Amino acid sequence: MRTLDRKLIRDLNRLWAQALAIAFVVAGGVATLVMAVGSHRSLSETRGAYYERYHFADVFAVVKRAPRTLIQSIAEIPGVAAVDARIAKLALLEIPGLREPATGQFISLTDIGEPVLNRLHLRVGRTPEPGKADEVVVSDSFARSHGFAPGAHFSAILNGRKRALTVVGTAFSPEFIFAVGPGDIMPDDHRFGIIWMSEKALANAYDLAGAFSAVNLKLLPGASEREVIQRLDALLDKYGGRAAFARKDQTSHAWLDHELDMLRNMSRTLPPIFLLVAAFLVNLTLNRLVALEREQIGLLKALGYDGLAIAAHYVKLVFAIVLVGIAIGIGAGNGLGAYITRLFGEFFRFPFLVFVQSPDLYLAAGTLSLLAAAVGAMRSIRDVLKLSPAVAMQPPTPPRFRHVLPPTLAVSHLLSQPTIIMLRNIAHHPIRAAFTTLGMALGTAILVVSLFTRGTMENLIDVTYFLADRQDATLSFVEKRSSNVVHDVARLPGVLAAEPYREVPVRIRKGSIERRIVISGRPHDADLKRIVDVNLTPVTLPESGLAISAWLAGILGVRRGDEVEIDLLEAQHRTLTLPVAALVEDYFGITGMVNDAALSRLMREGGAVTSVNVSLDQGSADRFYDAVKRMPTVAAIGLQRLSLANFRAIVALLINTMAGIYTGLAAVIAFGVVYNSARISLSERARELASLRVLGFTSGEVLRILLLELTILTLVAQPPGWLIGYGLAWIMKTQLAGEIMRVRLVVDQSTYVLASAIVLVAACLSALVVRRRVGQLDLVSVLKTRD
Amino acid sequence: MRAAQPTPAVRAPRLGQGSSHRQQVPVSETVFSVRGLTKVYTTGELTVHALRGVDLEVCEREVVVLLGPSGSGKSTLLNIMGGLDRASSGRLLFRGSDLTALDDRGLTLFRRLHVGFVFQFYNLVPSLTAYENVALVTEIADDPMQPDEALALVGLEGRMSHFPAELSGGEQQRVAIARAIAKRPDVLLCDEPTGALDSKTGIRVIEALLRINSELGTTTLIITHNASIQGVADRVLNFADGQITRIVHNDQRRAAAELSW
Repeated sequence: MRTLDRKLIRDLNRLWAQALAIAFVVAGGVATLVMAVGSHRSLSETRGAYYERYHFADVFAVVKRAPRTLIQSIAEIPGVAAVDARIAKLALLEIPGLREPATGQFISLTDIGEPVLNRLHLRVGRTPEPGKADEVVVSDSFARSHGFAPGAHFSAILNGRKRALTVVGTAFSPEFIFAVGPGDIMPDDHRFGIIWMSEKALANAYDLAGAFSAVNLKLLPGASEREVIQRLDALLDKYGGRAAFARKDQTSHAWLDHELDMLRNMSRTLPPIFLLVAAFLVNLTLNRLVALEREQIGLLKALGYDGLAIAAHYVKLVFAIVLVGIAIGIGAGNGLGAYITRLFGEFFRFPFLVFVQSPDLYLAAGTLSLLAAAVGAMRSIRDVLKLSPAVAMQPPTPPRFRHVLPPTLAVSHLLSQPTIIMLRNIAHHPIRAAFTTLGMALGTAILVVSLFTRGTMENLIDVTYFLADRQDATLSFVEKRSSNVVHDVARLPGVLAAEPYREVPVRIRKGSIERRIVISGRPHDADLKRIVDVNLTPVTLPESGLAISAWLAGILGVRRGDEVEIDLLEAQHRTLTLPVAALVEDYFGITGMVNDAALSRLMREGGAVTSVNVSLDQGSADRFYDAVKRMPTVAAIGLQRLSLANFRAIVALLINTMAGIYTGLAAVIAFGVVYNSARISLSERARELASLRVLGFTSGEVLRILLLELTILTLVAQPPGWLIGYGLAWIMKTQLAGEIMRVRLVVDQSTYVLASAIVLVAACLSALVVRRRVGQLDLVSVLKTRD
Repeated sequence: MRAAQPTPAVRAPRLGQGSSHRQQVPVSETVFSVRGLTKVYTTGELTVHALRGVDLEVCEREVVVLLGPSGSGKSTLLNIMGGLDRASSGRLLFRGSDLTALDDRGLTLFRRLHVGFVFQFYNLVPSLTAYENVALVTEIADDPMQPDEALALVGLEGRMSHFPAELSGGEQQRVAIARAIAKRPDVLLCDEPTGALDSKTGIRVIEALLRINSELGTTTLIITHNASIQGVADRVLNFADGQITRIVHNDQRRAAAELSW
């Protein structure tokens, strides 16, 4: 081995603590990228494979009752590759031990062979035997939530009749990856399940023998989705067909898409920030580390080594450090990526996972880190090589310090000498101090951006659950009812107030942009489910006019007062024009709202109701639930209290876990920066500090000079860190917003406090390490080698 | 890395001869020729005239001692002669080639092939053993001796695998000398080689330098504050205020063993 390489290994050995700290900064950046992009790729691949293997449909339609003879005509629509007709019904469930009624989405299973589309992945058990009315397969997550195994019993109210059911198997389905119950925001495994039943049995229960109530299509490659949907709508129209829709409007797919988009956008936002911050910090740190080697560089040059050989030697040194970081980063990134893939895979109920390796990421992250390190090292090497060896081998000439303030002010009399030393040191190296401050500010900033979801999610909960949707429960009916049903509901035990609610699917259009949404009609004085505008003020709807999600207004490019076109997709297939009267602050989906009287006029119907919102006396809740279970017309019941608890649990599971991981990585980077700043300051000033010790300063006093500077720079770095963090959080928020879900950026004070606290703890830990070092300062050896 | 071919400007004096050429060259041949050399340092608003026009001839196999107070310019002259620094004006010829005309690369090759340095503070690489510190130079020199051979010349054959921190000051300085002579340099430039040493150890170091001079014929320039060392020189140059103020020729060189301080 060449002598210079031996020196390299021994230098690494000597610098191991600092080298490791730098390697961890690199690792933090690399791991973030590998983790985020890797987990997104794995989950996307998994979804693709799942859809493919289990024949997930392309087009979906619901119909009131259509004869099976229609299937042939549907299959003949140009572009249709496969048709799967079935019965799909919502029904209340009574689960032993569960106080509240649960809701089941019943789906018929063909009695011969496997379904053509949306096939099941049976996890345990078997499918029901043909015609066996009591045998069901339930969704695996629902089964797990209730501890159901084959042989378990529960009952359901099917078409007004209570039936005992026996679980014979549990399954996954590509159609219900993200299974959200009616009136809920997030999947609630406890209160919403998918129940597959023999087609014959379900047809008997709903009097649908020889008929179907839902149809799914698979399209040929290149088929026009729009055209197929138009023709399907035409065929289903007279059988009570509700407008057919494509995958992008299918709830489970749309949510999954949103979640994957969120992961992808996150992987495009946070990791580059982390990686760039890490690269910048590594650049900064290695620059200072190599600058400390000034005398050795000068010596090598004096001995006849040329610039290239010297540069190569130090580049090797920093590459060795960075490569260790890259290796740790790739290892940690893969591990965390696999963890996140499993976490989301579990949440999405994927029956299997495909893990994707990403060598391109290793290369990209590695190259950037190495480049940043090499540039950092080279800046110092170049500066030293520019000096003649005679000068380089000498310690740097004592820098010309200046008075921080005019000497005549005599402020310095008020300050102790150590304070003056500290202040002059900062003033003399303004660029270095600025970069150190910027480094620490970036540490704080990436912590803010990792932590900001807390405040933002709390705001989302406040607005959604406490400002807008203040009802305790929502009863959804099997089909629309006359408005008299509100009085029936109001008379149920425990009901304090009841408000009608009517939903109509529509297409909303402005120019060439259109979206499929649901318009809800509600009383103008609605007090339970309120409309909250973008100023977070509850608003009353005018007699005519439409309130739409502010996000939808952005998509359509409309403002208050503009007109939009509405195609009614239920019963009346008419197109109308309505003015936009208000923009609504909401965070889930895109919707429209109108006055219920106005909606009745538009639909040309007497007051109709699809659901009723109620406020409950919680003391009478049990009696209320019992009464609801006896109402044959109720298909589902949404409960805000449980919905909120469930939402919080999911936020805790997914968002807090992600935020926790990012916070951890950010903390590693922040610690690396602060620690290195402290350690390098100590090395740079070892001689000066040892001289002070010789003069009789205690090691505590010497430490104070060093730490005072670190403290001041760390504190000064906090406000800019908050500002940069807010900016990064804003970018994140903007990147993550979509039609399915979005948030209002709320970074609360505790986020800033926590971010700064982590950086300050890192500073304190660094101070402890430095204190030990100052105690070990070898006065003789530091001083004896120089005059 | 193996040395690249030296530039013609520096290679010319060697004329392709091996290290044995020194024995064939007459003693009187000039190695360095210095004419009107000045050096001005400017740091910020400060201007320091380190050399104010120095003229000097140094001959083959000569031992020259440079005496003078701090800041008198002797280190600056030695650094410029060794290619560690550049003159502000004047001419400096090494065996007839103009060193002031060389670029950084040319100076690097000049140092690599022709010059050995010994510094007051040894400047050993702390992470390398005595042997490896010498190997650092032999790996890039043209026709070096083996590191152990060089260490034996300074009497350190038994301490080769020791790190600098495990050696006494005198031993460290002798490692530095071994490192300087291992490449068989034409000139050995020593800046306060005994400055950090006690008298007994300092004498051993001077002994080592004189031995190299007599055995290898290496032209040797020694800077010192210590006037008692001047007896070992052929010539003594006294420096003050950036100029040579007095030159003393010793007809009879004293042996190191006769020194004391």
